[in-house]
Amino acid sequence: MFRIVKKEVLAPNIYLMDVEAPRIAKHALPGQFLIVRADDDGERIPLTICDYDAESGIVQIVFQAIGADTHRMAKLETGDCFADMVGPLGRPSDLCEIPLEDLKKMKICFIAGGVGTAPVYCQLKWLKNNGVNVDCIQGARTKDIIILEDEMRAVSDLHICTDDGSYGIKGNVCVALEQLINEGKQFDRVVAIGPMIMMKFVCQLTKKLDIETIVSMNPIMVDGTGMCGACRLMVGGQVKFACVDGPEFDGHLVDFDQAMQRMKLYKNEETRLLLREQEGESHHGGCGNC
Amino acid sequence: MTMDMMKKVPVREQDPKVRAANFDEVCLGYNKEEAEAEAQRCLNCKRPFCVQGCPVSIDIPGFIAKVKEGDVEGAYNVISQSSALPAICGRVCPQESQCEGKCVRGIKGEAVSIGKLERYVADTAREMGIRPTVTAEKKGKKVAVIGSGPAGLTCAGDLARMGYDVTIFEALHKAGGVLVYGIPEFRLPKDAVVEKEIENVKALGVKIETDVVIGKSVTIDGLMKDEGYDAVFIGSGAGLPRFMNIPGEQAMGVFSANEYLTRSNLMKAFREDSRTPIMRAKKAVVVGGGNVAMDAARTALRLGAEVHIVYRRSEAELPARKEEVEHAKQEGIIFDLLTNPVEIHADENGWVKGITCIRMELGEPDASGRRSPVPVEGSEFYIECDAVIMSLGTSPNPLISSTTEGLDINRRKCIVADEANGQTSKPGVFAGGDAVTGAATVILAMGAGKAAAKGIDEYLSNQ
Repeated sequence: MFRIVKKEVLAPNIYLMDVEAPRIAKHALPGQFLIVRADDDGERIPLTICDYDAESGIVQIVFQAIGADTHRMAKLETGDCFADMVGPLGRPSDLCEIPLEDLKKMKICFIAGGVGTAPVYCQLKWLKNNGVNVDCIQGARTKDIIILEDEMRAVSDLHICTDDGSYGIKGNVCVALEQLINEGKQFDRVVAIGPMIMMKFVCQLTKKLDIETIVSMNPIMVDGTGMCGACRLMVGGQVKFACVDGPEFDGHLVDFDQAMQRMKLYKNEETRLLLREQEGESHHGGCGNC
Repeated sequence: MTMDMMKKVPVREQDPKVRAANFDEVCLGYNKEEAEAEAQRCLNCKRPFCVQGCPVSIDIPGFIAKVKEGDVEGAYNVISQSSALPAICGRVCPQESQCEGKCVRGIKGEAVSIGKLERYVADTAREMGIRPTVTAEKKGKKVAVIGSGPAGLTCAGDLARMGYDVTIFEALHKAGGVLVYGIPEFRLPKDAVVEKEIENVKALGVKIETDVVIGKSVTIDGLMKDEGYDAVFIGSGAGLPRFMNIPGEQAMGVFSANEYLTRSNLMKAFREDSRTPIMRAKKAVVVGGGNVAMDAARTALRLGAEVHIVYRRSEAELPARKEEVEHAKQEGIIFDLLTNPVEIHADENGWVKGITCIRMELGEPDASGRRSPVPVEGSEFYIECDAVIMSLGTSPNPLISSTTEGLDINRRKCIVADEANGQTSKPGVFAGGDAVTGAATVILAMGAGKAAAKGIDEYLSNQ
């Protein structure tokens, strides 16, 4: 069983959980994800892995309660179990394959947005454990929703930015990246993980700056093992499946506009389900269509 | 009861108009009287060609003789010696090209309805609470079976019967593979039939661990070295859905048949209370002519769509079972044959609004002997639609082959395995089903699972 051994609320609606999942914990590497189902009739929800410990068999996940199923997950408490947890899925980050000596010479800047901070932490920790120091920009709308700050600081040179300037650099992650470069920092690789719109703008900027950029894509998925094809993306003019070819891709080749459009596919149905669950029988739009 | 011995006892079906709006099973099957009457038609041939036509070599005249006597338990035991999944095979096997295709009755009249009789025996045995039994002594050896689809279940069932300690590893949260995610409820009921047959396999002592992706959660070498498995059978099924690479294929409303069917079958999106969304199209175009295309088309129809099947060859070349094509037609699916898509069009918000197709004609036979379709120049035409479901087959999943050293794959990236015993290039590792052949049928996968069980037994007995 996939028992929750720790639950924390990191920010409003953002949760961290430690879960017993020994097979995943034993084989996970940075960059990979897992799929979880809250209960027996739950949706299959793909989540990136925040941390793992092969010895204790514990996997750490961080998620934001947005849809009906993530809200259900948020209701689970320490001691409760997820019905299913499968992984690790997808390919590990290619950083894991670069010889350590070369890796130590690389100047990498990570960019983390929102709950994308969790998978970035996973990579930073792995790099730190292997003696690789990197910069990291962590962005959020405002100070209150910055998550895992101490943990991130412990494993990287952390630069925080907020849109409203309530903490750190004022401005979004692109502003922060330009500022770091203007201050004389040089990067030969950027790894950006966060909302698609953030990754799109980071890629536009790094293309101009001619810095290789890796992004982690989180499209709609069903099985997550290369069977259904729901997670397909156009990368460099070719169809790629995020679940088996990714989730990490060369950000300069990803067609973000199309990927963002495809995310809207089930928006109406998802919203309807969420409203039905939150408001129960009291939810009637009055138009007769819901 | 008077009957024409040249013709099959007709099987009762749901009325096409009624069933087009529900997900209940189309075919209602034989009752006792009908089954025993049909059994009378079997000539009990000395050299039964039907058995040769069966990939798992069921003693067909043997079980039909028992049906004739009204001995369902006896009939079930005869079938059980060869097949662990009779209720499934009776429903989804292409009998017309296998057992029934070889039936002597078929020369002058209609073949004996072997599939429907098999189904009758399996369903009745289940209702009577009859279960297969294991009598073999424990061998003290462990076998891992990857995938709980037809190949895996068959292999596991046979090995358990021989006395091996068998564990199936399934990637999804539910066991059954294509029987659960691929084939729709109206053709193969999940709770009443598939789940019960899986329980029968478990009753033989087979363990099933879900949520394990071999190649990711653990590798084949890990299973053999760290978890003590003496042999492994790979029955992981086919893989990634193919697309046409035509313009507009990324529009919203274009799905692979695998996705569409998985949402409906595995995640139960066809039910109002399901948490999984599915697009309920007004007018859907399904591209392809195989069984999966028929399943997707008939699912879309039941979810409220007018459905067109677009297939580039003619009716004679449709790879789907004849019965499925007939059922689809009865339900009102429109067949646009000798037609091929060239472009999908989207509206300003990115949703599918139509598809341009081109007429085809059949030219010279290709390497496979089938006449290859050639586009008729200038014959493009437009079909308005809000969904396109691509059912063009699959290409092999790389998860296992890319993480298992010493496992050879062929040009098409399928795992190379000896047809006779499933042996792969890696000692102790066997394979069968779609992972080896590319997308094929349930019964061929079962046949491969059966051959591999024998191969594994021989391998482990000689160690």
